[in-house]
Amino acid sequence: NEWMFLFSLVCSGEIFELKAELNSDKKEKKKEAVKKVIASMTVGKDVSALFPDVVNCMQTDNLELKKLVYLYLMNYAKSQPDMAIMAVNTFVKDCEDPNPLIRALAVRTMGCIRVDKITEYLCEPLRKCLKDEDPYVRKTAAVCVAKLHDINAQLVEDQGFLDTLKDLISDSNPMVVANAVAALSEIAESHPNSNLLDLNPQTINKLLTALNECTEWGQIFILDCLANYTPRDDRESQSICERVTPRLSHANSAVVLSAVKVLMKFMEMLPKDLDYYGTLLKKLAPPLVTLLSAEPELQYVALRNINLIVQRRPEIMKHEMKVFFVKYNDPIYVKLEKLDIMIRLASQANIAQVLAELKEYATEVDVDFVRKAVRAIGRCAIKVEQSAERCVSTLLDLIQTKVNYVVQEAIVVIKDIFRKYPNKYESVIATLCENLDSLDEPEARAAMIWIVGEYAERIDNADELLESFLEGFHDESTQVQLQLLTAIVKLFLKKPTETQELVQQVLSLATQDSDNPDLRDRGYIYWRLLSTDPVAAKEVVLAEKPLISEETDLIEPTLLEELICHIGTLASVYHKPPSAFVEGSRGVQHKRLPCSAGSVDSPETSSTAGVSDAPPAVIPSQGDLLGDLLNLDLTPTTTGPPPPAVSTGMQLGAMDLLGGGLDSLCDTLVCDLQIGAGFGAAPAAMPASFGAPGSGGLDDLFDLGSGVGMPMGAYSPPKSVWLQAMKAKGLEISGTFARRAGVIQMEMTLTNKAMSVMTDFAIQFNRNSFGLSPAGPLQVLTPLSPNQSIEVALPLNTSGPVMKMDPLNNLQVAVKNNIDVFYFSCQYPISMLFVEDGKMERQIFLATWKDIPNENESQFQIKDCHLNAVSNKLQGSNIFTIAKRTVDGQDMLYLSVKLTNGIWVLAELRIQAGNPNYTISLKCRAPEVSQCVFQSYEAVLKN
Amino acid sequence: MIGGLFIYNHKGEVLISRVYRDDIGSMELSGSCVGGWLERNAVDAFRVNVIHARQQVRSPVTNIARTSFFHVKRSNIWLAAVTKQNVNAAMVFEFLYKMCDVMTAYFGKISEENIKNNFVLIYELLDEILDFGYPQNSETGALKTFITQQGIKGQTKEEQSQITSQVTGQIGWRREGIKYRRNELFLDVLESVNLLMSPQGQVLSAHVSGRVVMKSYLSGMPECKFGMNDKIVIDKQGKGGATDDAAKSGKQSIAIDDCTFHQCVRLSKFDSERSISFIPPDGEYELMRYRTTKDIILPFRVIPLVREVGRTKLEVKVVIKSNFKPSLLAQKIEVRIPTPLNTSGVQVICMKGKAKYKASENAIVWKIKRMAGMKESQISAEIELLPTNDKKKWARPPISMNFEVPFAPSGLKVRYLKVFESKLNYSDHDVIKWVRYIGRSGIYETRC
Repeated sequence: NEWMFLFSLVCSGEIFELKAELNSDKKEKKKEAVKKVIASMTVGKDVSALFPDVVNCMQTDNLELKKLVYLYLMNYAKSQPDMAIMAVNTFVKDCEDPNPLIRALAVRTMGCIRVDKITEYLCEPLRKCLKDEDPYVRKTAAVCVAKLHDINAQLVEDQGFLDTLKDLISDSNPMVVANAVAALSEIAESHPNSNLLDLNPQTINKLLTALNECTEWGQIFILDCLANYTPRDDRESQSICERVTPRLSHANSAVVLSAVKVLMKFMEMLPKDLDYYGTLLKKLAPPLVTLLSAEPELQYVALRNINLIVQRRPEIMKHEMKVFFVKYNDPIYVKLEKLDIMIRLASQANIAQVLAELKEYATEVDVDFVRKAVRAIGRCAIKVEQSAERCVSTLLDLIQTKVNYVVQEAIVVIKDIFRKYPNKYESVIATLCENLDSLDEPEARAAMIWIVGEYAERIDNADELLESFLEGFHDESTQVQLQLLTAIVKLFLKKPTETQELVQQVLSLATQDSDNPDLRDRGYIYWRLLSTDPVAAKEVVLAEKPLISEETDLIEPTLLEELICHIGTLASVYHKPPSAFVEGSRGVQHKRLPCSAGSVDSPETSSTAGVSDAPPAVIPSQGDLLGDLLNLDLTPTTTGPPPPAVSTGMQLGAMDLLGGGLDSLCDTLVCDLQIGAGFGAAPAAMPASFGAPGSGGLDDLFDLGSGVGMPMGAYSPPKSVWLQAMKAKGLEISGTFARRAGVIQMEMTLTNKAMSVMTDFAIQFNRNSFGLSPAGPLQVLTPLSPNQSIEVALPLNTSGPVMKMDPLNNLQVAVKNNIDVFYFSCQYPISMLFVEDGKMERQIFLATWKDIPNENESQFQIKDCHLNAVSNKLQGSNIFTIAKRTVDGQDMLYLSVKLTNGIWVLAELRIQAGNPNYTISLKCRAPEVSQCVFQSYEAVLKN
Repeated sequence: MIGGLFIYNHKGEVLISRVYRDDIGSMELSGSCVGGWLERNAVDAFRVNVIHARQQVRSPVTNIARTSFFHVKRSNIWLAAVTKQNVNAAMVFEFLYKMCDVMTAYFGKISEENIKNNFVLIYELLDEILDFGYPQNSETGALKTFITQQGIKGQTKEEQSQITSQVTGQIGWRREGIKYRRNELFLDVLESVNLLMSPQGQVLSAHVSGRVVMKSYLSGMPECKFGMNDKIVIDKQGKGGATDDAAKSGKQSIAIDDCTFHQCVRLSKFDSERSISFIPPDGEYELMRYRTTKDIILPFRVIPLVREVGRTKLEVKVVIKSNFKPSLLAQKIEVRIPTPLNTSGVQVICMKGKAKYKASENAIVWKIKRMAGMKESQISAEIELLPTNDKKKWARPPISMNFEVPFAPSGLKVRYLKVFESKLNYSDHDVIKWVRYIGRSGIYETRC
């Protein structure tokens, strides 16, 4: 085995031997040696030390050896730019070689060596090669211009290469044309406004001619370029379409898809009543279907594109439902995509077939696929009214299988069917209720609870059912808790007499014992609504719900238009605009479909516009009316013992809360609630500001948060925005740091301002001055829905890797989610690193103070400070007062602090009576921390 | 465009790595480099996230830290193309397949050993067929003229310019000056017939995907014209007169849903005249692919009967009927009857061939060597089941079938293949032509 032999040689450190062989006189030996070098390069060995010896082999007439040396050069030139210069002469010489293969090889390789000094030498040979008599050299040189542009754009412009490249579009050789088009397209992308690819009818004509003659790859370059052109009128549009349609029969799928892209785009300009328009529509379907017999990876690309095409022009594929039927052996990614398209194509005409298929799929093995199939049945019911009944009965059959995840999915979709067709299928509720116990997924539990609440008046034991969920209220996910709260309030409004206890229980669970602000606030809203105006409560809680839409998961129309312009590309596979996954200037330019010439209406766009903004869930669990009302940003009430004044103040607050005019409906409720309040159960969790004078009214409820962030403990700055939603694809992070019970915490609010759900959060820190690192993973357990916020407290430790940062307290953070990775940096108050055992012995303090040289002392002023209990305040943040004396009406406080990494900082604080400006001197063996420590003193004292 | 191309073995070790674009090499972020997952370079990112991923592959395109990975797998070998741009995804996959074809044409099976033994050649190929990530001429016929495993012997100037003009030329797939003593060509019409049938015998979907594979051993630069019983062509001719003939052949003509051609075929000519004309590559290649859905001859019908006898027994009876001319013989017939996972024992009785229960495949495999048309055969089996607590019902995968028949289930017939070579002195009559039809099962399933 040659490979292992070569590899073992290098492994055993015989670089010397290689060196000798490289310098051998024998050609064969030389070649073998270079091969060995390349082999070790491939497996990641560093063979850069052999650079001069390998370059020496370059001067050879053996093409194979030359190629190997060039390969080596491309890899190592960048790390050894000075040495690379040694190769320049040979390159320049090779560019003049009589053999066109060598000329091309030289110019190709030279462009790959990204060393500035070399690029200078590249210009002249490149200029010659662009005009070479041999097309093979010209086509290579054309690509080389793009390479050079990537290294030094200015140089390419200055040297006039762009004009030469444009001239090559008229070259007699189709392959040269294709490569020139590719190079120009790439360069044009980084200059969005330059008129570089000056496409006019003459150039278009040249491109179309070359299209018939060049390689399959060249055809792709040309078609992709054509797609950027906007014809002047419908006639030009039609004539281009006519010349592009033959490409639909090409064996290469990429050629077909690129042709489809051109046709889809130019079709926009054709009048709909034109015969040709209809002909074209008919011509598009067969090649798209043929793509589905390609290899699975290509099928996947094709399906993702068909998904877009079907949304834009449903008429193209409307008769082709059968080809999307899933085959047993399809890879899962193909199956899921096919299913998606099947639902989009489902109509009254084919619904029977579709349903029969979906039923089959629901018994397959792959869990994701089965779930999607069950969901699809629900979507069919919503989409095709005539089929609703059959869908429901199919779903009931599936529920009978008792396969856990099938049952749960079925219940989720049945909830939507109830929404779509009210008062039609409620007879199945009994069957659903039987499966209550087997539901273990939040979405299914929430759906079931919604059903029970919504139809409480028809379910005899609705109260029992809901009560059974209450037991484990705190273990439920937020989604379920919110739904349960709402459902019970609905139940109460429908059957007030029997359910007071229940509603009271859920209200107190939601408001008192929950850390979740959304839940608490919804609880308070209901509570207040019920106590002030039950009629209004009824109007709000039992309001008529808006109708749900037929189509879900539609791509937003402007995005869809853009994606249509990107058919065949990665953007069409990801269903995201290029700007979402491409860095830098490339692809930032948004593409648009041209306006149609004749009748303007583009199918569906207007009707779908409103729909697509809504999240796919028909009844968004978090985002409904009340949820939105409550979507205020409150800081969490995780710590702080209740202040002493609470008990009485609370009582007042509670009375006030409930005292408002309650009338007929629920007198008894008031009593019960008041009793509850009297017991002190309700108030316990209600924070301090409740006791403030003049409290009452809804506003106060919402003020709670502001009071909460400031307990007596360590100082923690208010949250500030660290990561702006704009820069992070909709993820906004604001946060602060705090030290709570000896644990450093990073407290963040993650807000999803994007349109899609965010999951899979993770966090990492870069090395920092004090070795801060997360003590555990970022706990974001539930997916973050659009417009939702979540509070997370991440405990930190200081055992991470250390690197001095500037400023010292700077922290670079990376946060990852399912969408991307985002970076930000923030500064933490150094006071959170002050440890609890930072109180120094008096004697040691004195000794240390003297011991630290005076150069290490720094003095600062703290202005406008008015405080009485300075020591107490400082101690709250682990700044300990060692001694205090008064000299000439001036208070002198001697303070000590210990940082997590063991650094002691000693301080002398001077306070002149009546003078709001304090003076502080800090002494520390590591004076670079002084500035930061001072800032913390200031922050602690002033807050 | 493609930023880099990597070949891995099944362990995720890199066998070949070729980086075309600077943005790929290492994925460090400008400015701050944050620890952990970012410092890994592209090569490792793919290994960790795809090859070593525990989960089944959920997409052939993966985006890791703003870098997209396209992969295909051939036996144990992973080929991955990497990019940071919005590339033409279909093109990248087509290129990866092409890359596999080229490698196979050079050194046979794509295996770890072959790749290691040919790594210099692979690098040379990669340098030639991808330039700055743009695919270039990748026709093996052309490549083999100047990328050889033996090293190039001193070429004359004419030879050199012949190579370059072929690589860049309009007929990049064929070199000039080919000479054969005997001009001969073989046409294989290879069809795979796909069926999905309901237990009641209703055809849920059926289509034939066919390929016309040509082996040409012709001298010079021959112009070829291929004709088949395409309904559109026949109908057109019918209008022109010869009504008798048209009526006769009209019955035999077939409706082709769609077809695609090798790049040698002049597509614009097909589009306007529906005639298939081309200069063929030398040797074997695929001339066209097509698909039909109407009037398909389904060579076999499978009639399943599954009965559950209590909770521990299953009775299965399957009848197959052959549905073609009695004079023809089907071969390599195999019927695969899935069995539940908790099968403890199987008794099989079949009239013809051999049947065996294969526990590892969870299926009864029934093989029949040959079967003539218009016959039927039957198998019955008793399946003993272990009692289980598993609530989940057995998914009942479909019964699948394999076979080979000596005719084209679509009904396609080759009408002619004419060869013209004006410069050399041989005519269409001198060419020896062979045509063969083979119909194979594609995915031929009957639900039970």
